[in-house]
Amino acid sequence: MEPIDSSLVDWSRAQFALTAMYHWLFVPLTLGLGVVMAIMETLYVRTGREFWKRTAQFWMKLFGINFAMGVATGIILEFEFGTNWSNYSWFVGDIFGAPLAIEGILAFFMESTFIAVMYFGWNKVSKRAHLASTWLTIIGATISAWWILVANAWMQHPVGMEFNPDTVRNEMVDFAAVAFSPVAVVKFCHTVSSSWVLGAVFVVGVSCWYLLCGRHCEFALSSIRVAAWFGLFAALITAHTGHQSGRDIALYQPMKLAAAEGLYEGGTEQGLVLGGILRPGADWTAGSDDRFLLKVELPYALSYLATHDLQGYVPGIRNLLEGGYKLPDGSVALSAEEMMKRGRVAIDALAKYRAASTPEEKAAALAVLRANFPWFGYGYLKSPGELVPSVPLTFYSFRIMVMLGGYFIVLFAGLLLLGQRVTRWKLVQLAVVLTIPLAWLASQAGWVVAEVGRQPWAIQGLLPNVAAISRLDVSSVQTTFYIFLALFTLLLVAELGIMGKAIAAGPETDSTSA
Amino acid sequence: MNDLTFLQQYWWFLVSLLGALLVFLMFVQGGQSLIWTLGRTEEQRRMLLLATGRKWELTFTTLVTFGGAFFASFPLFYSTSFGGAYWVWVIILLCFVIQAVSYEFQLRRGNVLGTTTYRLFLLLNGILGPLLIGTAVGTFFTGAEFVVNKAAVASPAMPVISYWVGPWHGLEAALVPQNLMLGMSVLLLTRVLACLYFLGCMDDETLRENCRRRLRIESGFFLLFFLTWLVRWLLSAGFAYEPGSGFVYMETYKYLHNLLAMPGVAALLLIGVLLVLGGMAGGFYGRRRAFWLAGPGSVLVVLALLLCAGWNNTAYYPSVASLQSSLTIANSSSSLFTLKTMTIVSFIIPAVLAYIAWAWRALDRDPITAEEAESEH
Ligand code: HEM
Repeated sequence: MEPIDSSLVDWSRAQFALTAMYHWLFVPLTLGLGVVMAIMETLYVRTGREFWKRTAQFWMKLFGINFAMGVATGIILEFEFGTNWSNYSWFVGDIFGAPLAIEGILAFFMESTFIAVMYFGWNKVSKRAHLASTWLTIIGATISAWWILVANAWMQHPVGMEFNPDTVRNEMVDFAAVAFSPVAVVKFCHTVSSSWVLGAVFVVGVSCWYLLCGRHCEFALSSIRVAAWFGLFAALITAHTGHQSGRDIALYQPMKLAAAEGLYEGGTEQGLVLGGILRPGADWTAGSDDRFLLKVELPYALSYLATHDLQGYVPGIRNLLEGGYKLPDGSVALSAEEMMKRGRVAIDALAKYRAASTPEEKAAALAVLRANFPWFGYGYLKSPGELVPSVPLTFYSFRIMVMLGGYFIVLFAGLLLLGQRVTRWKLVQLAVVLTIPLAWLASQAGWVVAEVGRQPWAIQGLLPNVAAISRLDVSSVQTTFYIFLALFTLLLVAELGIMGKAIAAGPETDSTSA
Repeated sequence: MNDLTFLQQYWWFLVSLLGALLVFLMFVQGGQSLIWTLGRTEEQRRMLLLATGRKWELTFTTLVTFGGAFFASFPLFYSTSFGGAYWVWVIILLCFVIQAVSYEFQLRRGNVLGTTTYRLFLLLNGILGPLLIGTAVGTFFTGAEFVVNKAAVASPAMPVISYWVGPWHGLEAALVPQNLMLGMSVLLLTRVLACLYFLGCMDDETLRENCRRRLRIESGFFLLFFLTWLVRWLLSAGFAYEPGSGFVYMETYKYLHNLLAMPGVAALLLIGVLLVLGGMAGGFYGRRRAFWLAGPGSVLVVLALLLCAGWNNTAYYPSVASLQSSLTIANSSSSLFTLKTMTIVSFIIPAVLAYIAWAWRALDRDPITAEEAESEH
């Protein structure tokens, strides 16, 4: 039998990364801008001022343009688990499929039904029914985020399942453990709050552009007031939940944490790298050279973050590969080689179980399989080095996200302090406009940390990418990669063109402003 | 609730129902495929696109949920078919990607590609979407070229359990006349439904007259394709399995036997066909509510056909490359626990249907006028 072509894995990953990153250009704006416009419509219903209606309608127009792209890029992802990760879909479909189906039943219908009322129903339903539809649209979108993040969190930290050797797959045994896993809760809160930040940055950014041009000033100031409060609130939650995410990865994905920190040699009393430059081309899988050209550390902070103890031990990449240190539960960490060995024993036992002809043989194979199952996924790896993700990508992305997180807090607080006076500060206005792309940068960087940092795993510790793919010709996946790249880029250009024109045209508030 | 076989039947019913609703809601696609045929002026085209533009997301969501529900309840189908018939599914998905932006973008300034391009996208989606989905569903009765070997998980060099045998990755389905005939039937049915929908919701007599005239042509072709397909289907051999061992074998007149063994399903099919015919006849006379005969009728027809594909010990996704690899609702489903959990979730569906019905009525209360179509943009 032909072994798997490693470039097939790379191309499948590249395609997933491409489509997911494109999708993630639009989703956070939907989640963030949606809340802002719903708040504005609420102000309209409460005050009866036509001004707020026009303001809400303007942001809704931009919302709609963006939403269409989110839908267009999202459908691919829903089916890509099947088309490109078919083995994954069988191996864990019993657990992973449920959140996807629930997302459809519970969230997508809500979103798609009420968005139609939101756009076409202004003169067809009552004011309150319309407001409810607007909120239900965004609540639907947020519930959808919940379920897809449950699915993602489960891949980062699989819980609530058991391996069934007869069906050769993992099966769900505890739905609540999957649906309300603490990792999922934190992931949801961080992802959604960071999307609110992005939406708020977008609104203050566009508003400041109007101030710079000296147009629609009342509209801009009102929008800034709403969005800056909302943004500040969201940015503080983002920072808090980001900190909790850090703790989660310290517990469940220590290799990701080590990569994000560029920590090769671990130890106690570890400092957190505030900023640094990595030595280009350094080998992170072996050797003992210094891997930093420059770094600034906050002493003890990493130990504290990871263990809630200033003296706590944090393993580095080398320690994780070589094992031998003490784990929090008192046992000694295994080396990567040992885990791979046990993984191969588990896989071998599965083969024996399936081939066994007597109940005794079956029982014996099953016992070996169960004893070694925790390392099952390691059995597919060829060398320990595969366990190390790209350190530079993870490290720099993490720094970019966290630094921008701090900057956004200062930005929103500053805008609130300035209040109306922002009209006099052209430089601040310009800075806010230029901040718009940074919100996307932070958000994409977050996903790079989360997803690049967990390589080589499709499901942490259980299934590496190489065993998760569909058996296709590399050329097929290459072709679809380029098709998606071309199509999504074309549509993105069109979307930006439309957004630009809609923003340039501006809201229709001037005639109605009080 | 603790009976795996019952839950497998229940989930096959739900998946079939979603598929049936999808075909019905693809009247949106049918409408898109007729933009230029029915809409002779720009004003008329705008009215047509406003009518389908308020509904396309519902169809789209049904498709996505159909995928999600299939994944959750019969994951082996999801992994085998999507991963194997790669090209068919990718092309179907691409058709829907271009649809998703087109309604929003077509009339906006700065849209780069121009209004006509987006409308061509809608036309493409309108034709290829139903045609390809119908053709792909055709393989439920004629088979596909895959092999499933779950033991592969235990061979680290090549652990992928299912794969396609031929080089065409699903495109070969379009060479089977019976599949293509089903694809054409679905496409024509969506066009019939679209004519009926427009007849009901337009406040423009010339447009309604165009729909009526078009309806006759589309109905004629639909009946030709569908009835030919149906007769051949009833006479064809099908893929059966032994319930205990799961052994798959060919049975002559399998689908005819299924209808005889399940009179309820046969009744659904018959009532469905009659409703569709009644809807068409109503449409010929310009009845506004004819859509509400043919629409539910098509749901019943598709539901009955899909139930025949999976119930009564029938392999719903047969493999012509390796008969024993064929998928049945018994060998491809999720575990008892997952099906139970999902079943509890499924009790929410009536509430979902209720708010969809509310929104549908609220938006469709008044017929579409030219002024409304003008002011929406
Ligand atoms: C303020 C300080 C921040 C900290 C300490 C922080 C921390 C983290 C950590 C540790 C992860 C990885 C979680 C995992 O792999 O499971 C993460 C992911 C992520 N971050 Fe942040 N973050 C911060 C700010 C931001 C900001 C400002 C944004 C965007 C505007 C953002 C967006 C994301 C996204 C989208 C993800 C991926 C989803 C997830 O894994 O939760 N983060 N963040």
